[in-house]
Order: sequence, then structure tokens, then C-alpha cells
Amino acid sequence: MIPASFDYVAPTSVDEVVSTLAEHGDDAKVLAGGHSLLPLMKLRFAVPAMVVDIGRVEELRGVRDAGDHLAIGAGTTHHEIVHDPLVRQHCGLLAEATSMVGDAQVRHRGTIGGATAHGDSAGDLPAVVSALEGTFVAQGPGGRREIAAADFFQGYLETALAADEVLVEVRIPKHDGWGFAYEKFNRVAQAWAIVGVAALVRRENGSVAEARIGLTNMGAVPVRATASEEALAGADRTEDAIRAACQHAADGTSPPADLSAQPDYRQHLARVLSARAVARATG
Amino acid sequence: MTVIDDRPADVGGVGTAPWRKEDAHLVTGQTTWTDNLAPVGTLHMAFVRATMAHARIGSIDTSEAAGMPNVVGVFTGADFAEECPTLPCAWPVTPDMVHPAHPPIAVGKVRFAGDPVAVVVARDRASAVDAAETVLVDYEPLPAVVDMEQSLTDEVVLHEDEGTNKAFFFSMPTGADIDETFAGADVVVKRRFIQQRLLPTPIEPRAVLCIPQAASGDFTIYSATQIPHILRTMLAVVTGMPEHKIRVIAPDVGGGFGAKLQVTGEEVIALLVAKRLGRPVKWTETRSETNLTMHHGRGQIQDIEIAATKDGKLLGLKVDLLADMGAYLMLVTPGVPILGAFMYPAIYKMDAYRFNCTGVFTTKTPTDAYRGAGRPEATFAIERIMDELADELDMDPMELRKLNWITHEEFPYEMVAGLTYDSGNYEAATARAMELFDYEGLRAEQAQRRADGDRIQLGIGISTFTEMCGLAPSRVLGQLDYGAGGWEAATVRMLPSGKVQVVTGSSPHGQGHETTLSQITSSALGVPFDDIEVLHGDTQVSPMGLDTYGSRSLVVGGIALQKAAGKVVDKARKLAAHLLEASEDDIEFADGTFSVKGSPDASKSIQELALAIFAAHDYPEDMEPDLTGHAIFDPENFSYPHGTHLCAVEIDTETGHTSIRTYVAVDDVGKVINPQIVEGQVHGGIAQGIAQALYEGVVYDDDGNLVTGTLVDYLVPAAPDLPSFTTDRTETPAANELGVKGVGEAGTIASTPAVVNAVVDALRPYGVHDVEMPCTPERVWRAIQSGQKGGAQ
Ligand SMILES: Cc1cc2nc3c(=O)[nH]c(=O)nc-3n(C[C@H](O)[C@H](O)[C@H](O)COP(=O)(O)OP(=O)(O)OC[C@H]3O[C@@H](n4cnc5c(N)ncnc54)[C@H](O)[C@@H]3O)c2cc1C
Repeated sequence: MIPASFDYVAPTSVDEVVSTLAEHGDDAKVLAGGHSLLPLMKLRFAVPAMVVDIGRVEELRGVRDAGDHLAIGAGTTHHEIVHDPLVRQHCGLLAEATSMVGDAQVRHRGTIGGATAHGDSAGDLPAVVSALEGTFVAQGPGGRREIAAADFFQGYLETALAADEVLVEVRIPKHDGWGFAYEKFNRVAQAWAIVGVAALVRRENGSVAEARIGLTNMGAVPVRATASEEALAGADRTEDAIRAACQHAADGTSPPADLSAQPDYRQHLARVLSARAVARATG
Repeated sequence: MTVIDDRPADVGGVGTAPWRKEDAHLVTGQTTWTDNLAPVGTLHMAFVRATMAHARIGSIDTSEAAGMPNVVGVFTGADFAEECPTLPCAWPVTPDMVHPAHPPIAVGKVRFAGDPVAVVVARDRASAVDAAETVLVDYEPLPAVVDMEQSLTDEVVLHEDEGTNKAFFFSMPTGADIDETFAGADVVVKRRFIQQRLLPTPIEPRAVLCIPQAASGDFTIYSATQIPHILRTMLAVVTGMPEHKIRVIAPDVGGGFGAKLQVTGEEVIALLVAKRLGRPVKWTETRSETNLTMHHGRGQIQDIEIAATKDGKLLGLKVDLLADMGAYLMLVTPGVPILGAFMYPAIYKMDAYRFNCTGVFTTKTPTDAYRGAGRPEATFAIERIMDELADELDMDPMELRKLNWITHEEFPYEMVAGLTYDSGNYEAATARAMELFDYEGLRAEQAQRRADGDRIQLGIGISTFTEMCGLAPSRVLGQLDYGAGGWEAATVRMLPSGKVQVVTGSSPHGQGHETTLSQITSSALGVPFDDIEVLHGDTQVSPMGLDTYGSRSLVVGGIALQKAAGKVVDKARKLAAHLLEASEDDIEFADGTFSVKGSPDASKSIQELALAIFAAHDYPEDMEPDLTGHAIFDPENFSYPHGTHLCAVEIDTETGHTSIRTYVAVDDVGKVINPQIVEGQVHGGIAQGIAQALYEGVVYDDDGNLVTGTLVDYLVPAAPDLPSFTTDRTETPAANELGVKGVGEAGTIASTPAVVNAVVDALRPYGVHDVEMPCTPERVWRAIQSGQKGGAQ
């Protein structure tokens, strides 16, 4: 619970962050809200020699309307996102799910960049950004690049970010008119999801035109319940039709086993919660 | 800071709820925790701990650590073997109990993951931790002994010199012949319940600071402890150092729940290192160390069997326990299940009872007292099996209880287990609880949901509990082979200006003693609440005491105080009579004023008398010039709070998720000194009991590694997870001077079975008869699945 010794810098621009990362390579770690990194350092699971605090980089904060999408600075806190009018208007799923992250303290420190760059599929936001088909913008010595959510999450605590890259922005396409719901199942309110389901539904002529389902904690990376999404396309808005489609929500998943759940129970929860989330999103 | 106190001016006496004296400094962060103290030159300790559950220690290479910056010393078990060969166990429950040596730092073998193997002492904490990481221990691994039943086969023995993993076998048959009783019964129900291990999780972890005084050879020890007095005596006993040279101070202590009722190796080592190096030495544990090494609670396998007539009259009870000691016997480890022995018959009349308990060593963290200590386990088992018996007999579980409990006319009542309950009114508490709960309405809703096959099923759980607390009559403790008595000390001292100093031997760690004891003093002496100061938790200020645990502070310490205050009043009366030139018999005392019968103008307030006796110009010849009273109170009996807790849960049968819909607690804690503090104890207690029922549980893997090493894996519920509790009280005075009963553990004892009974009740249509604690969603879901597969008979 006492971290190993480390050096600390707090640059004020993205360029400085990138040059510091370039200088220190693998020995450096970006510090955002610290709510995932600091526990790891205290347990000495992470022992960075240099901690680069991005908390003072103003350009990494805030939500911007960029036409067909919202551009959310990586350093924007969960609390800011929950209360942001643009997010609530165009990407309600993100606001709802973010409001369920941890507790108020966590939401005031934790950032969307940290919660996704950490690459923990038990976190709520990776599955949500996957369902929203967001894009991550990273900046490194060679400039900026965009990474689709589907390519960003690569394994347990592993993302497409290189050691010398900083995540600067998360772009979320506007989902005006889509119904949405995030069903989070946990044992105590402030714990991580045993399973979470993010659902988005676009309706047309009284039936489901398109549905997207992102699953939290159902594998090493956030998973899309594609079989259910396909079964839902064009389906009736009835409870039976939704349930039938969501019977396939866990197809092809290999969820983890831990103290809260064995894999078969997680798969069962994914099916039940998908049906609930889709039903709610269908409205 | 402005404090706005809008409570009526007359608050402060018994029965009122003044603002807690403790709160202003707690909520404004003016507290002094042991970890806040840092005398100049303090050295910091970091322990190297066993990374495996069971192993022989080969070499320990401390050379790199010793050479690291700021490191002052590195020590292993061998370095202290002569000064402290073993930590104490004060409760040999049987004459032939196996009591293996428990060195403060392991010697030769480690017996649980977390057992200390070396200590690094450095000028700052980070350097100590860094250096501890470099100590290389060469282990020869031995098989872990995790399972209690496997432990008893003795294939792998933890304490080889003892040759067995069985610590003791305790048997207590009482009443009629148990075998005949069971043979003659119409109905016998048998169950096995598992009491999972729990982490006590006080918010403040353990911490100790030992300051040596070179010239005098004195040692001042600050410790986050519940037991400064016992700790001082024990430190002297185990190290051979003179007791009068050791002063123990418990400054602000942030919770204990029994886990700080301990004499830990870390405290002993802090003393021995301070002695050796002549410098202040400090240790504050990390939260990971708390989980790993602070003693655990519970940890029992309970086989319980109940015999009854077909009409539901109880005949007898058999209990066979396996109690997990963990790797060593700590201060009262073996005594915890034995305290439970007296509580299995609970509030029910029966003629035959047999309690057997086998204490077992396993390669896990030692167990010891945790809120309730033995009584929650007992209450759980009896209240659960009462529900099972009701189900077997097809009776309403409350009717079954009513048929068997002691009625209020029958007190005092001598129980089959040997205790005499002094007071109680189970009918009244139950009637009030049923009314607040709407028992009939909820049963009707339950029937409807069952008939409809509703996804959400309702379950109703009952716990008509009692418990024994207020530890305890010294003679009884002696009969139980406990190493000390159970009295408590109090001193009341009038200062010259009329203010009052109260000294208590009981040592608070969150309960609010300063408030409650001020209220008792205020009522007894008739002086304002704010004129009273309560001193505690320092063996120099309060040299006599037996500290705080077992809900004893009020029922033992409070009564000691009442007696001490009575002595002050007696002296003051004598002085008043002298000064007012009246006979003592003609002196009346009310609201802090002594007056002469019939001439109310001739009066002296007790506060005036304090100045008069200080001046000592004029006082009776047969009196010493002071207004001080000192009393030691040794109770004749335990205290028996009781109550009826009713819980309704809703279970989502698709996911297995349980949520508590209604929780009603009607407690009878006798006369109440401070209703708000009682309410707080009840709320916190219920929360901790619910935690055992639904959320918490220590998990070890097969190799004896602690899996629930952090609070991410060990789930402690918080406010959002708990319902609003509906609480009320009935008031049946106890047979003591203040009419009071203990309340510190009652909520925890009551609530666990109420919740689990509700969970099982919800699932009975699925053929479910038990769900192991904690009743996690997964366990509930699996119970439903297997019930459905097995067919609901
Ligand atoms: C008690 C508690 C409860 C929690 N409960 C939940 C929960 O229910 N659901 C949930 O989803 N999360 C939960 N969290 C995690 C929380 O959301 C964290 O805030 C989040 O996981 C990490 O965000 P952060 O800003 O704190 O990142 P940090 O901890 O600072 O960083 C996390 C990782 O991301 C990297 N990183 C951060 N920002 C960038 C960047 N801009 N570019 C490149 N790399 C970066 C860091 O180097 C580090 O590896 C909880 C945390 C705590 C402490």
C-alpha cells in the first residue's frame, strides 16, 4: 500500500506530455484521475519510474460539438460527463452508464480517458463506447491517429495505445433518436459490474430497426452481442421477441470466473440483462 | 467555527440525547489517531510476511535490506525468541487444551500467509517498506491445511511438537438425558450451517507507537487498541518487563469490533525494538495487512439438531461445532465458540441440551472475537433451525416461537444451558414488531406472488433473539477458565470549581462513552452535562480497568460510575449537614442541591461544596477533605438484551439478486441512557449482521492464500446497499442499578438470521432449505436452479 519511489511531472500541454513520454518510454505512466493507476502502484503491481500527471492539461478537458459526433477530451471527469448537456442530449447512454461508475468520489476524479485507456473490460465505459461505436484519438511523436473502438481494446488491461502515446479524445457519434439503457449488475452499489449490458435501439415503424449491445465483463475485452443484434434487426417490439433474440446474447463469449460469478452464471446474466436493457431501450 | 445547538437546555441527563461530546472533534478532523503521532526521531517498522500458508523457514537473507538507505535494523524471530517466546492466550477452555507457542515473529515455520518472518526498522516508512521487499526467505513449502474437517485427520500437523491439529474438545451436556430425549421425540430436524470467516474491517487499521524514556526506563505505548489495560498487563507478562514501567494510551481509536481486543505480535515487537534501539518505534498497518493478518471473526461449521413433539413443543437440542482457530490461539480465540455454548437454547424452553465443540488449527489467519463473538453464530443456528422445524411441522415460524419462548411472567428464568435470564418480555417486543412490519399483509402478498409465479418472490424472516453480554461476573469467568475477571472501575472527582472529572476503566473506540457517562454523572450529581469531563484510555490516567468489549461499558462500567457518584453524594451530604448544621438524616438531595428538610433556604449545591472541601477550612472530623468517589463493580449476572427483528426480502428469481424491502427491529435494551446512541448502535449492528448474511466472506484458495485480500474482493456494504431500518424499543428494565442492558452487539446478533430466514423463506417453493452465507446472487440463483431441477417437493 506504499508505492515504490517514482519521479513526477505535471506538464500543461499535450506536446509536453508526448515529449516526456518519448523520453522515458516504458518507464513512464500517464496519470489521469489516478483511481486505477494509484491502487496498482500502491500494491506495487505497477512501478513506473516516471509519472506524467495530465491533470493540468486544459486542452484535454471538456466536451465539444463536432457536428456528427461529440469530441470528449480524455481528461474530462465522469462527473462532468454525467452532467454535460451535450452528452445528455446526443449520447444519453454514456451519461447514464457513467452515472453508475463507482461513487461520487470516484466520478469526481476518474476520467473517460483513464477508464478506457486502462483497458479493463470490467469497467463500464469500454462496453458503452463499443456499443456507441466511438473512436479514440491518440497522439504520439508521429502525430495523431484515430482508432476505432473495435480495434482499441486488445486484451485484459491492453489497448492499442503505444507507450509513447497519450489518448487525447474520445469521439462519440451522436445517437439522436436512439433509445438506450445500461443495466449494471453488481453485489454492492459501489462495486464493479459482475456483468453490464449497454443497449442502443433505433426504432422504425413500430419495430426494432437496429440494435447494438455492448457487454461489460464478459471477456478480456468489451464484447458486442452480435448474434442478438442480428436477431433484433427488424424484430417486433414485444417482450417475447426481445427475449428470444437476447437468448443469444452470450453466444461465443468466454467470461471470467471470480468470487462473484462463474462463467455460466455470467452468461445467464448477460442474457437476462440484455433482454431487460433492450426492452427498456425499445421503450 | 460556530456550533449551533438547538436542543433544549435540559438535555444532558439520563434518557436525553445531547450532542455527542465526541462528535465535534471527530467531524472537524481534530482527532489524534496513533498514526498522527510522530515524535522526533521515530523509527518505522515494516514486516516481511509469509507468502505461503505453510512452510519451513530455511535461511532468511536480510543483508541487502540491512544495507539500504535509512535502514537501522533488520530482525527475525530468533532475535526476540528469549524476550518473548509466545504471545498470550488468556482462555484455556479445557484443562488439556493444546496451546502451542506463538512467537511474535515466526521461528522455524510459518503457519499462515501473512505470518511475520522479519521486521525492517528504518528512519521513514517508505524506506522500511522498500527494504522489506528485498528480504529473501528460503521456504520449504508444506501442504496447506485449509479445511477444518481435513485438519482433524492430522495428516499434516501445524504444530509438530503438539502432534495434533485439535486444539481442544469441549463438551457441555445439561438438563435431561439427550439421547433419551431425542429417541422419544416425534420430530427431529438436523442441519449443517457454515459460519464463514469475516473481516472485522474497522476504518482505522491497527497502529502502534512505542516511546522509550531512556532515563527512567519507562515505555509509553500508543496503540489503536480496545484494551489499553489488558495490553499493558499482557505486555509485561509476555516480555517479563515490569508492568509499572509500561504506560499504554489508546488515543482516538477508529473502530474495533473485537479486532482490537488483541495483544498483537506487532505491538510486542514495537516495544522490544524500542527497548533495543532506544528510539520511538512506530508501525501502522496497510489495509492489505489488515485483511491478511488482523484476526478474523466467525469460522465455524455448525451441526445442529433439534427435537420436538408433533405439536411443536421443543424437547432438546444438540450442537456439534467445529471452530476454526486459524494457525495460533490468540487472546481469546478458543473462548469465542464457548461463549456461544450458552446461547443456542436462546429464548426457548427445553429440557435437554448438549453442546460439543472441537477447536481446530488450520493454516489460516487466527480467528478471535468479532462483534458478538460466539453469540451471533449460536443465534444464527437456533433461529435458522426454528424456521426449518416450523417448515417441517407446517407451522407458522412465529407461532412455533411463541409456543416455546419464556413468557414474561416466568422471569427470572433458569435456562437449560445454565444461565438465569433476569428479565425480558418477548411478547411485547414481538407484538410491536409485527405491528410495524405488517406481518399478515406481507404474508398475503407472498402468497399472491407465489400463486402468480411472479419473477420477484417475497420472503419473510424472523429473529426473536436474545444474547448474553456485559462481560462479566468475575466468578463465572473463573468457572469458564478465562484468565481475568470482568469488573470495571470508575472514579468521580469534584474539582475545586465544581466541575467534575470522571475516570473510567472502559476504553471507547467510537461508542460515545464521554457522552453516555457524562449523562449518568449529570443525573447522579445534578451537575450540568457540560461541567463533566470523562477521562479514559490511558493507564496513567485510569490505572484500573478492563476495557471495552462484549457490550460491557455501560452495564459494568456505567454501574461502577453510578456507584462512584453515589459515594460522592454520600460524602457531600455529610459535608452539607455539617455546614448547614443539620443532621444528615434531615438533608435532602435533588437537582444537585442539598437542603434541610422543612427549611428550603438552607441549602448548598454540590458544586459549592466542592470549593468548600477544597478550602478545607471547615469539615467533619471523621471525613477526609475531598469529594472523590471510586468504585469497582463486579456484576452478578450477564446482561440479556433481546428483541424481535423482522425482515422482508425481494428476490429476483431470474438473477438471484436479493434486496431487503423492509427491516423492522424492536429491541429491548432496558432503560436507555441516550436514545440516539442506542439507535446508532442498533443501526450499525444490523448493517454488520446483514453484511454477513448477504455480502461478506473471507475466501482462501486450496493452497491457503487469502483471495479476499483487498476491499475490491471483500465486499463491505455501504449506505446505498442497505434499506431504511424501522426501529423501535420496548423497555423491560434489567435487574441492575440502572436497569440497563448492553446494546453494542445486539443488532449484529439479531439481523443475520432474520435476513437468511427471509431468503430461504422466499425460496421454499423451489424446494430450497438453505443458502450458504453470504447469500450472493450467484448462490441464490444456483439454489433456485438446483431446486427446480430437483423438483419442488
Ligand atoms: C472505489 C472505486 C470504484 C470504482 N468503480 C468503478 C465502476 O463501478 N465502474 C468503472 O467503470 N470504473 C470504476 N472505477 C474506476 C474509475 O472509473 C477510474 O476512474 C478509471 O478506471 C480510471 O480513470 P482515471 O482517470 O482514474 O485513470 P488513472 O487511474 O489515472 O489511469 C488509468 C490507466 O490509464 C492510463 N491513462 C489515463 N489517462 C490516459 C490518457 N489520457 N492517455 C493514455 N493513458 C492514460 C494510465 O496510465 C493508467 O494506466 C472505480 C475506481 C475506484 C477507485
